[in-house]
Amino acid sequence: MNGLLEQMTEKALKLNVPLSVQLDLTYRCNERCVHCYLDHDDHGEMTTAEIKHLLKEMADAGVFILTLSGGEIFLRKDFFELLEYARRTLMFCVKLKTNAMLIREREAARIRDLGVESVQISIYSHRPEVHDAITLVPGSLKRSLDAVRFLKSQGLRVVIANVLMTQNMQDYPAVRALAAELGVDCTLDPTITPMMDGDRSVLSLGVDQTALQQVFRDASLVGDVEEFCAISTNPDEDALENLPCSAGHTSCYVSPYGDVFPCVQFPLPTGNVRKQRFIDIWRHSDAMNDVRSIRVKDLTTCTSCSHVSSCSRCPGLAFLEGNMRGPSSQDCERSYARTGVPSANMLAKKRAGAGQNLGQTNLGRADLVQIRVLPANVETSATSATA
Amino acid sequence: MSRLYVARNPRVAARSLDGEMMIMSGRDSTLFTLNKTATILWQSADGTTPLDEIVEHRICQEFEVEPAEALHDAETLARELASHEIIQISEEPIPQPNPAAGESR
Repeated sequence: MNGLLEQMTEKALKLNVPLSVQLDLTYRCNERCVHCYLDHDDHGEMTTAEIKHLLKEMADAGVFILTLSGGEIFLRKDFFELLEYARRTLMFCVKLKTNAMLIREREAARIRDLGVESVQISIYSHRPEVHDAITLVPGSLKRSLDAVRFLKSQGLRVVIANVLMTQNMQDYPAVRALAAELGVDCTLDPTITPMMDGDRSVLSLGVDQTALQQVFRDASLVGDVEEFCAISTNPDEDALENLPCSAGHTSCYVSPYGDVFPCVQFPLPTGNVRKQRFIDIWRHSDAMNDVRSIRVKDLTTCTSCSHVSSCSRCPGLAFLEGNMRGPSSQDCERSYARTGVPSANMLAKKRAGAGQNLGQTNLGRADLVQIRVLPANVETSATSATA
Repeated sequence: MSRLYVARNPRVAARSLDGEMMIMSGRDSTLFTLNKTATILWQSADGTTPLDEIVEHRICQEFEVEPAEALHDAETLARELASHEIIQISEEPIPQPNPAAGESR
């Protein structure tokens, strides 16, 4: 984020406006990715009318950037009706996240006509045998890549999202090369999210410490390796007053069932739009306001950590570990992989005898840091040009 | 003298944040914010109200400015917004698919 968008985000923060929302339209999916954190059964998705009502409430609340995700969004028969309402009537900046299996020429043309800002598509490998083994759908790589080409041919901005796991870790350079060949952006993300019911078994799919070190020392990804991997200096008082992240401050997440959470990766219930107005949940939920009250100085353990000013600590992952004010072990491990310096949390665990051998533990299982391939556009190009 | 009509480009994204209009270009995702005059122009750009009427009824009501000078400035502004594909301009009325202007807070 840069420039004007950053200014508008600061303004939204002061005004308590939810500038950005991810809305999952469904948890149903036509792939069965081995690392997915969702239950794909339909437990009572919002209807078309309910979603339109919610979108109107969100527009009235000031939401500008709307990310439609899932599940697989194109499994909703009303998808284009909802997209048209979001774009034409409510004028959201709409981003889509999809596996794109159901996007052909016709759908790509409609997406273009409706002025979608970007389409993010998950590609796990350039090799069908690897990608399809992760999605558990034969032929899925071909269909997704065909869709990338359809969308690109319509002039749409396409982003390939490459989640790094043990199965596909060595393929990321080739995925990046493929993205370059297709003329689309590419992001790498080593985040594996625990299941929404708390089951953490999927974390075993995460890449190990050695692999993370390889990624963090890839100059084509991180730029100046020395600078990226440098040990941060002690934070000043101002840094301790910082917000841990935007979740609950200028952004939130709504599930297909109307549940509102601070973030898709932060399943703290704050209310349900079937029972309350979106703006009332946003402004008055005790849970949302509790999240909002947290400053870096309030974090247990982390305030004394040498990584506190540079850590990618995710409050949602910390919450999933049991304490949203506590450390996120996965991010501790990430900082360790980056710098070689163990976090305060890791040292405390070691002292308590609960830790394992540093460097040989389940390090680097997840992280919120999204490593964007260089050179890349920012999330949203934000050139200031005031009329 | 021909009249100028202005219409919001349906391909942009728009939202008002505390009275300041944010516009994201549908062409290249460039973000703009509009000043007060441009915001009035955007809100009034329904494709059927001529620019001179917008100037007379909206802009001159808001600012102490001579109508002829205001119209000249508004035409310049409209052409600049059109160059960024934020609005469309025409010497004929422009049919609009919907009346939305991204209003909110």
